[in-house]
Amino acid sequence: MTEITPGSHGQGDAPPPGSPGASPNVGPVRDSVADLPPGSPTGAARATDEAPSAVVGARRPLDIGQDIDLPPGTGAATVGTPTLLGLPQTRQVVQPAFDEHHPPDPALIGDCVHCGFCLPTCPTYVLWGEEMDSPRGRIYLMKEALEGEPLDESMVRHFDQCLGCMACVTACPSGVQYDKLIEATRPQIERRYTRSRAEKLYRDLIYNLFPYPKRLRALRGPLRAYQASRLGSLLTRAGLMRKLPAPLQAMESLAPKLGPVERVPERTPAVGQRRAVVGLLAGCVQGTFFPDVNAATVRVLAAEGCDVIVPRSQGCCGALPGHGGREEQALDFAKRTIETFERAGVDYVVVNAAGCGSNIKEYGHQLRDEPEWAARAEALAERSRDISEFIVELGPVAERHPLPMTVAYQDACHLAHAQGIREEPRKVLRGIPGIELKAIAEAELCCGSAGTYNMLQPEPARELGERKAAAVLATGADLMVTANPGCWMQVATTLARMGKRMPVAHTVQVLDASIRGVPVEDLLERALNGPGTALARTSAAAR
Amino acid sequence: MTAIAEPALSDRTATLADRLRSAVGTERVLTDRTQVRTYECDGLANFKVTPAIVVLAESRQHVVDTVRLCSEAGVPFVARGSGTGLSGGALPSADGVLLVLSRLRRLSPVDADNRQVTVEPGVINLWVTRDAAPHDLAYAPDPSSQLVCSIGGNVAENAGGAHCLKYGFTVNHVLGAEVVLPDDEVVHLGGRAPEHPGYDLLGAFIGSEGTLGVATELTLRLIRVPEAVQTMLVGYHSVEDAAGTVSDIIAAGIVPAAVEMMDALAIQAAEAAVSCGYPEGAVAVLVIELDGPQVEVEAQFRQVEEIARARNAFETRIAADDAERALMWKGRKSAFAAVGRISPSYFVQDGVIPRTKLPEVLAEIDRMADEKGLRVANVFHAGDGNLHPLVLFDDAVEGQAHEAEELAGAILELCVTSGGSITGEHGVGSEKRMKMAKQFTPEDLDTMQLLRCAFDPAGIANPGKVFPTPRLCGERPGVRKGEHPVQAAGLGEVF
Repeated sequence: MTEITPGSHGQGDAPPPGSPGASPNVGPVRDSVADLPPGSPTGAARATDEAPSAVVGARRPLDIGQDIDLPPGTGAATVGTPTLLGLPQTRQVVQPAFDEHHPPDPALIGDCVHCGFCLPTCPTYVLWGEEMDSPRGRIYLMKEALEGEPLDESMVRHFDQCLGCMACVTACPSGVQYDKLIEATRPQIERRYTRSRAEKLYRDLIYNLFPYPKRLRALRGPLRAYQASRLGSLLTRAGLMRKLPAPLQAMESLAPKLGPVERVPERTPAVGQRRAVVGLLAGCVQGTFFPDVNAATVRVLAAEGCDVIVPRSQGCCGALPGHGGREEQALDFAKRTIETFERAGVDYVVVNAAGCGSNIKEYGHQLRDEPEWAARAEALAERSRDISEFIVELGPVAERHPLPMTVAYQDACHLAHAQGIREEPRKVLRGIPGIELKAIAEAELCCGSAGTYNMLQPEPARELGERKAAAVLATGADLMVTANPGCWMQVATTLARMGKRMPVAHTVQVLDASIRGVPVEDLLERALNGPGTALARTSAAAR
Repeated sequence: MTAIAEPALSDRTATLADRLRSAVGTERVLTDRTQVRTYECDGLANFKVTPAIVVLAESRQHVVDTVRLCSEAGVPFVARGSGTGLSGGALPSADGVLLVLSRLRRLSPVDADNRQVTVEPGVINLWVTRDAAPHDLAYAPDPSSQLVCSIGGNVAENAGGAHCLKYGFTVNHVLGAEVVLPDDEVVHLGGRAPEHPGYDLLGAFIGSEGTLGVATELTLRLIRVPEAVQTMLVGYHSVEDAAGTVSDIIAAGIVPAAVEMMDALAIQAAEAAVSCGYPEGAVAVLVIELDGPQVEVEAQFRQVEEIARARNAFETRIAADDAERALMWKGRKSAFAAVGRISPSYFVQDGVIPRTKLPEVLAEIDRMADEKGLRVANVFHAGDGNLHPLVLFDDAVEGQAHEAEELAGAILELCVTSGGSITGEHGVGSEKRMKMAKQFTPEDLDTMQLLRCAFDPAGIANPGKVFPTPRLCGERPGVRKGEHPVQAAGLGEVF
C-alpha cells in the first residue's frame, strides 16, 4: 500500500494520470507519451513500450488467485487465498446463484441490448477497462447467474466492485434499470454467499455503527479526543498508519473534523406566513458529522415559510444497509421512518443527503411485498423531496444577500443519476447574487465515496477520489459545493491528502449564509476550517 | 453449496494460457469462466461464442507476445476494442484467444500544425475530437456509438457515421498504422505523409475486420473545425417527400455535412429514450447539417429550406445553439439502442442502395415486413443511401427471431438487387459472411482470399469472419473443383 503524497506521481503538482486536470477526457491515459522520444518510423510516440502498469488501471486489484503462484495448467480462478485483515478466505460456490426472493428480473436484464453506451461513464470501467467491471458486463453476469452459473468469488467480487453510482442509468439509451438490477443482486449475495470471517466482521462493524446515530454520537467524544491529540498525524508520521489494514486506514482517514453539535429544535416555526409543514430527515452521518448542515436546512426552510419538524424518534432511513444488500435491516429502518413521519403530520419530508433521498423515493418498490406497508411507503416516497428540489418547487421568498465567489458544484451520484436532480441545486446557487458556477470536468463520474464503498473498496475509491479532486481543483473555484456527506468527506479528505485543502460546503449552507447575510469570507473560512472539513494530515501548505 | 470443477481447458489452450501468463503477466490473462463469458459477444448480442482465454493487453509488446504465442500454438485470436460492433466482427473463436485492446488507450499530443494525432487502438473515437478541439480541429468519422467505440474497431470495420457523406469514411482519415501481423512481425503501413508509393496496403488493412493483423497504433488525420455549422430538423408526412428532398439537395450541387432520415417508428423510439422533441405527427424526419464558411452555409441553408418546402415539409426547426443541435443529434445517435424501448429484441441491419431508389426500396421493405407481420424501423444516412433498417421482434414468441432474421436477410438481398451493397459501415463480420456470396462471385472471393493469405497464411487472425467459407491458405485459390483433401479426411468441413 503506497501512501499518496503530493508529487507521488512523479510529476510534481500535476494531476494524477488521465485525470481531468490533465485533460477533460474520460479515461485516456497519456502521461509518459509526451516524454518519449520521437523519430519512430511513423513518427508516433512509442508509448506502448513503456511499463504500462504504471499508467493504465494502475492499482487494479489482482483477480482471485492471481497473487499466488499457480501450478502450470491451472486456471486462474481455481485456487485462491486472498486475504483481508490478514485472515485467509476460502473458496466457495453457490448454485443456483439466486433464490426465489426477488432475483434480478430477467425482463429488466432483457432490456439491455449490449450497445456499450454505459461503459465510458462507469467508474470501474474507466479505471480498469474490463467488461466484467462495467454495467454491461455486470448485467451479463446476472444473466449468466440466472442461466445457472454459480455465484462464486469472482462474480461476487465484480458485483461488490460496483459503486452503485447509477451513471449508467443516465447514459443508457435503452432505459435499462440497472439500479433495480444491482439492488436485487446485492441482497442475494448477502443472503446466500458466506463472506470470509474478516470481511464479515468488517461489514458487520460498518452496518452496526453508521446507521445508528446514537452509536455514532457516542463515538464523537473519543473521536474528538483522538483528533485533538493529533495522534493520527503522529501515527502517519511514524509510518504506523500504513501498518493498519487498508479498510481501517480508509475509515480513519475519512473522519471529518468534529465541532460542537448545533442542536436543532424539534419544531421550528415558519418566518412570516406559513406555506408548508415539512419534516426533516436528520440522517445518520449527516446528523452526526455534519450537524451544521441540518441546522442550516432548518433555518432555510423556516425562512422560506415552513414549519420545520425534526422528529426526535427518527433513525436511519435504510439507505446505508439497503445499498449494501442488507435487506432486512433496511426494511426495518424504512418502516420506522415511515411511522415517524406519518406521526409527525408533515406535508413533505425534506432530505439533505442525496443517498438518503434516493432511498426514501424507492420505499414503494422496496416494500411492495408487504400489503400493510406498500401504500404507506409509496405515499411517503411521493412526499419526499431533496432540499434543493423543494426550495425550487416552493419558490423563494427570503431575500438573498450577495456572496461574491466562484463555486464548483459537484453532482452527487444519488442526486444526479439516481434522482435526476441536476438543475435544481444549480438554480438555487445561481439565485444567490454574486455566485459564479464553474463546471467540473467529468461531472458524471463518481468521486468514489458511494456510501460505504470507500471503506469496503478503498483502492479504487482512492483513485476515483484523486481524479475528482483534481477535476475540482482544476476549476479554480473558491468553494466546492456538494449535497451529500459522502462526497464531501471523500473529496475533502482526498484534497487534504494531496496537500490541497479547499473550502467545502453543502448547497443549503451556502443558501443559509446568503439568507442570513453572512460575509463571504466567513463562509469560506468556516468551509475550510470549520466542522465537517477534512483534517490536514500532510505537512504541505494549504493552497 | 456445492463445489464445482472449472471446465478444463484443452491441453493446447491450457499450455498457451500458462505461456501467456508468463509473457504478459498473470493479471492480464483471464480464463475464469464467469469472467470470460462476459466477453462472449460484442454489440451483436445474438451471436455468442465463449473464448477460452481473454488477454487484456496494455502495450504493443503484450500484443506482439500474444500473437506470437498464438501463432506458435496454432490457436486463433480475435482482437476486440470496446465491443460495440454490430456485425459480430469481434465474436471470439471457440477455444481461441480474445485479445482485448480497450486498455491500450493512450493518445499522443495533437500535432496541430500537421493536423495529425497518433493514438492507440483502444482510444475512444470521441476522445480524439475532444483532444483536437482546443486546436480547432476534429476527427471526422463519427459513428453513432462514437462516445464508446474504439478507434481500433473503427479501423477494422472502416466505420462511417453521419458526417461521412461529406468527409468520407475511416479509410479517408487514417494516415498510418503500426500493425502486428499474424506471424508477430510488426510492420508500418502508410506513414505521416499524405501519399505513399506502391500498393495501398493501408487501404487493404482498413476494413479488413481483424483478418490481416492487429493495429497497435494509428496516425489519424484531423480536419479543421468548420467556421459555421447549421443544423435543421425537418418533418414530413410522407417518406417519399423526405427521400425526394435528399435527392433534390444533392442534385442542387450541395454536399451537406450530413443528411439523416428517421421514420415514424424510429422517431417514436428516440422520443421515448431521450425526449428529443422531434415534430409531432411526422412520418419521417430529416436531420440536415451544413457546414463550411459562414457565407456559403447561409446561402445553402436558404436553398435547402426552399427545397424542403417544395417537398411539402410541414415543420422546419433550426438549431439556435449547440445545445439544440446536440439534442437533435442525440435523438438520431441514440436511435438504435432506443429501439430497445419499443421492442424486446431487434436486428440492426446495414445496407447501401443508390440514393435515388430510397422511396421504392423503403416501400418494398414495408411490404416485406407486413408480409411477415413484423415491424421495421428505419434510421439511416440518407445522403449516401446507407440504410439501417431495424427489424423488431419478440424473442419470447416462438419462431419470431427466425422470421426476423430471414426478413433482415431479404432486406440485404433487396439492397444488392437494387444496385447497392450488404454493408455500408458495420462490416461483414460473423453476421453477413453468408451474404457475401450474394454480392460477389466465387472468383471475387477467391481473389480476396489470396490477399488474406498473404498476411495470414495460417488463418489464425479472426477466422470465420468476412468470408462465407472457411478456406485454408494452403489450398490453391480458384474455382473449387470437388472435395478438399482436408474434407475428404474428415478433418474439416465446408459450410
